[in-house]
Amino acid sequence: MELAGVLNYLVGFFIMVGIYGIFSLGLNVQWGFTGLFNAGIAGFFALGAYTTALLTTPAPDAAQVEDFIFGGNLAGLPYLDWGIDFWFILSLAAVALVCGIVAYAVGRLTLRLSGDYLAIATLGIAEAVRLMFLNEKWIANGSKGLYRIPEFLGDLVSPANYDYLFLVVVLVVLALLYLAVQRVVNSPWGRVLRAIREDEVAAQSSGKDVYSFKLQAFILGGIIMGIGGALYAHHVRFISPITFDPLLATFVIWAMLMVGGSGNNRGALLGAFVVWGIWSGTQFLPWFFADPNFRFFMIGVLIVGVILIRPGGILGETRRVSRVVGASSHTPVKEGGNPKE
Amino acid sequence: MTRPLETRLSPLSRLAGPIRRQWSPGHTTVAIVLAALAIGLLPFVHMGLVVNGVFLGAIIALGAVGLTLIYGILHFANFAHGDYMTMGAYVALFLTASFFPWLGVTSDGFGPFTFGFTLLIALPVAAIVVIAGAILLDRFVYRRLRDRGVSDLFMSMSSMGVAIALRGLVQMIWGGDIETYPRESKQVFHLPMDVRIPPDAIFIALMAVALVVTVYLVLTRTRIGKAMRATADNPELALVSGIGTRGVTWWTWGIGAALAATAGVLLAVFQGQLLPIMGWKFLIPVFSAVILGGIGNPYGALAAAFAIGVTSEVSTQWMNPSYKPAVAFAMMIAVLLIRPKGLFTMAGSGR
Repeated sequence: MELAGVLNYLVGFFIMVGIYGIFSLGLNVQWGFTGLFNAGIAGFFALGAYTTALLTTPAPDAAQVEDFIFGGNLAGLPYLDWGIDFWFILSLAAVALVCGIVAYAVGRLTLRLSGDYLAIATLGIAEAVRLMFLNEKWIANGSKGLYRIPEFLGDLVSPANYDYLFLVVVLVVLALLYLAVQRVVNSPWGRVLRAIREDEVAAQSSGKDVYSFKLQAFILGGIIMGIGGALYAHHVRFISPITFDPLLATFVIWAMLMVGGSGNNRGALLGAFVVWGIWSGTQFLPWFFADPNFRFFMIGVLIVGVILIRPGGILGETRRVSRVVGASSHTPVKEGGNPKE
Repeated sequence: MTRPLETRLSPLSRLAGPIRRQWSPGHTTVAIVLAALAIGLLPFVHMGLVVNGVFLGAIIALGAVGLTLIYGILHFANFAHGDYMTMGAYVALFLTASFFPWLGVTSDGFGPFTFGFTLLIALPVAAIVVIAGAILLDRFVYRRLRDRGVSDLFMSMSSMGVAIALRGLVQMIWGGDIETYPRESKQVFHLPMDVRIPPDAIFIALMAVALVVTVYLVLTRTRIGKAMRATADNPELALVSGIGTRGVTWWTWGIGAALAATAGVLLAVFQGQLLPIMGWKFLIPVFSAVILGGIGNPYGALAAAFAIGVTSEVSTQWMNPSYKPAVAFAMMIAVLLIRPKGLFTMAGSGR
């Protein structure tokens, strides 16, 4: 029994690491490669989670008093029942669409201006999204939140063992996203992103449409974050506006990317593992270390400390010269961060 | 990034010069449209909300003027500004609710106000503590980053880390529950048109006016004010002209932190409660005022703060009051759509 308990804990732990790894990857596309400061990850997290929850939960029962009026019930539709829970893919596509549109709108407004505007606007969007889901009860049941979010492939295994299956699902999605991002950032497109991050004027003067590339990167990152949010919703199966408070939905993810190494996808995943390990590990410590407020404090210190002491994070970015010139030039970038504007 | 020379001039530099000269037809149109809108809406609006909005605007202004100065002179968005406010409010709470009673001095309901006279002592002390904290943080965090020559965005990000750490610290010390200053309920003033003014609001308005005037005088009439404006325009040129950048930096933090701490205490008085998240939540209206007013422009921030305060209060007539930050944010978005450099920024200035 003891072993089963530990195993269950570990499975739950790695599911969260996987989900946070997805957020961290999305942030890496925005910040790590392109230098876009998104201070409102929680907004995309919430949009992803709510979109999939609203699309897949059964419509509310009129007999029960519930405030919200819409439940897409994709999971229960007979003509989508092809035996493989195809609704999950559909729902993820819808999440990508919604998050992509919102990212496009935010980027359209702010990406022509200096970087701080994006940070402030994303901060505001995250709060606006939270307030909307909190106050407009007809959309998503307000503070009572959404529950009965269906499980993907839930018919295959018994509910007690479902987490094992879901861990595989998360890892598969994570692996696909990792490979996709890895491929994309090592393409010429990704090279332009890094050029923009290092020196916008230089990129502009070599004929690159800086604004358009930034917009594309921001949208891609936003979509990845939305997918992370969707997986979170199907894992926890209950979401409410409290889920998306900035600490666990924005700041922890920043800490993960900074600690792991921004600009390095393996670093992003390692950071998710390390920081989530610290975060959930400290609750077993004695005395004030287990105090959630101390952990809150610690996340802030971690972000500042990494920037001060080791700006590249644990892994740091691998310096890439041309594949032709230096095949083995995997020395970490010494001076992390962007050159002064 | 190198900017064309004329765009390097910060709006701060216009403080001492004639402002009227830069008023363009575009501004007149915007002003007329806004004024017509405001006057047209007036009959449908509850006057009490407008008055309330002015008081809220005064608090936003204290935050926004400091933030816009920091933004203009040190060139980054200080995401910890809201938490400097929280710090100020909680230091004053410690003094009024714990320290003075421990000394045997308790006070509430001073004069017409709900709070005691101890708050008047606590206010400057809180400001000094937050100033010291801000300067220490500059010494150990921001200066090291500046010396390393990292980008402005890295500065903003570390300020976000500082914000989280400060809020965590407040929660570790005081817990996450709602606190209040020692207070005694007081009769509100009744004015015509069903306007009710709590006496505390008078205090808030007086403090805000006094501080804003002080900052204006410092910026326009003193040596350090001149140095601050010069540094905002062109840090390198200021340095070679013999202006001590370090002194300017300290003064900027000092003014910003003092205003923030006062804004925090006043916000706690205005809302009648303290919460660790109060400052972070207030960041959205404050940033909106900074952007609406044009980054680095204290006049603009001041005007925008009142516009945002009144609009978001009046919006509660039709909307759920918890949407107030969203209203401030929507105003900011609207401005980004029409005039990305802020309503009050003159042509060619700003970042």
